[in-house]
Amino acid sequence: MSKYLVDKFLFTVDRDPELVERYREDPAGTVEWWENEKANSLLNCHAGEASTWLSFTDEERRALAEHDHVALFELGAHPFLTLTLWIAMFERDHDEPLGMQLDYARRLQHFSLPYPDITT
Amino acid sequence: MAKLVAILATTHHPFFYKTSLLPPEEAPPFAAEWVRKVEAYRATLTAARPDVLVMVGSDHFHQLWLDNMPQFLVGKAPFYDANYYNEEREFGLPRLLLKGHEELSAYILREGIDREFDLAFSNELRVDHSITCPIITVRPQNDLPVVPIYTNIFAPPLPRPERFVKLGRTIREIIDAWPSDLRVAVIGTGHLSLELGGPRQFGPHGPDPEFDAKAVEWIANGDIDGCLSNVTLDSLHAPGNATHGFMDFMLMMGIAGHRKADYADNLDLFHTMEAYFTWYPEGDPR
Repeated sequence: MSKYLVDKFLFTVDRDPELVERYREDPAGTVEWWENEKANSLLNCHAGEASTWLSFTDEERRALAEHDHVALFELGAHPFLTLTLWIAMFERDHDEPLGMQLDYARRLQHFSLPYPDITT
Repeated sequence: MAKLVAILATTHHPFFYKTSLLPPEEAPPFAAEWVRKVEAYRATLTAARPDVLVMVGSDHFHQLWLDNMPQFLVGKAPFYDANYYNEEREFGLPRLLLKGHEELSAYILREGIDREFDLAFSNELRVDHSITCPIITVRPQNDLPVVPIYTNIFAPPLPRPERFVKLGRTIREIIDAWPSDLRVAVIGTGHLSLELGGPRQFGPHGPDPEFDAKAVEWIANGDIDGCLSNVTLDSLHAPGNATHGFMDFMLMMGIAGHRKADYADNLDLFHTMEAYFTWYPEGDPR
């Protein structure tokens, strides 16, 4: 499990307008590039320093590469991060106000309490 | 000593700003009542004539991140830029610049640490909508210096509810002891029941109206003991997966102490219930 890294992906993509569009258009390619080039960047540190050990599990990589927000919820990705990024990418595809958010919730209806643990 | 002239505890709803600017023909049916209630609430702060605002909120994974996550953090800067790209994108919130009050920030940090809260601090903090929503609603002229205090209600492991109440009590002691002739107001924002990114989100009401009704009673009556006997870190999952933001209300109850609010109002909206409370420790100036 590398919930932290999944959250780090969602966090770093969501805060960058170009990455939001890139992830929307090419999810698999963006995930592969990000894991190779960005996963080990220390966000609040000197640019020359990095971690050496972070990588996704196969299931995490697949969920991100397929825009599978249901699987991300199951894996314990932070739901605020997933929702915020999904609104940025997909709200534009829905005509009704809150249509995207309600569809997002409908796909999660089979979950009951307790929800998957989001502790990193 | 400084005077604590008002304590405001409220929800922060990032869609209020955009909704309040819509022309009547485009506004949703609840907009007019929402604006009216917010303006009435604003008057409770105006009447207290504060000089400086201590503002309690929570960073939503903007500047504070999981590589280095503080539980409680006090801003100590002369200015605070405010709101982020993704808040402009999602909520239409404006960029703002708030003035800081470094003397009070330093006093709260020193005294808080000495009173057994090992507070984190930031000399370069960009605040988000948990702080700017109440600026927009209750002090839109944005003319007063602020001290932001951030709590972690977002990234487990979280401090327990009792700790939030205790921090509130400590903040109250510190402000009451501050050697200053300034008039201080504390404004804190949190949530009632709330679901974000889960199956119960964006329903016609908050995800747990029964919890909301009880929460409003606890706050309005200053019923800290009743609240603490019903609310735990685990129990807060049940009303909605983002309901741990209620602990910021509990912090504000700690500041106010065991007394009824001088002003209490709420508004049932889609997705969440809005709530507005004010206490006047120095007497009601209205």
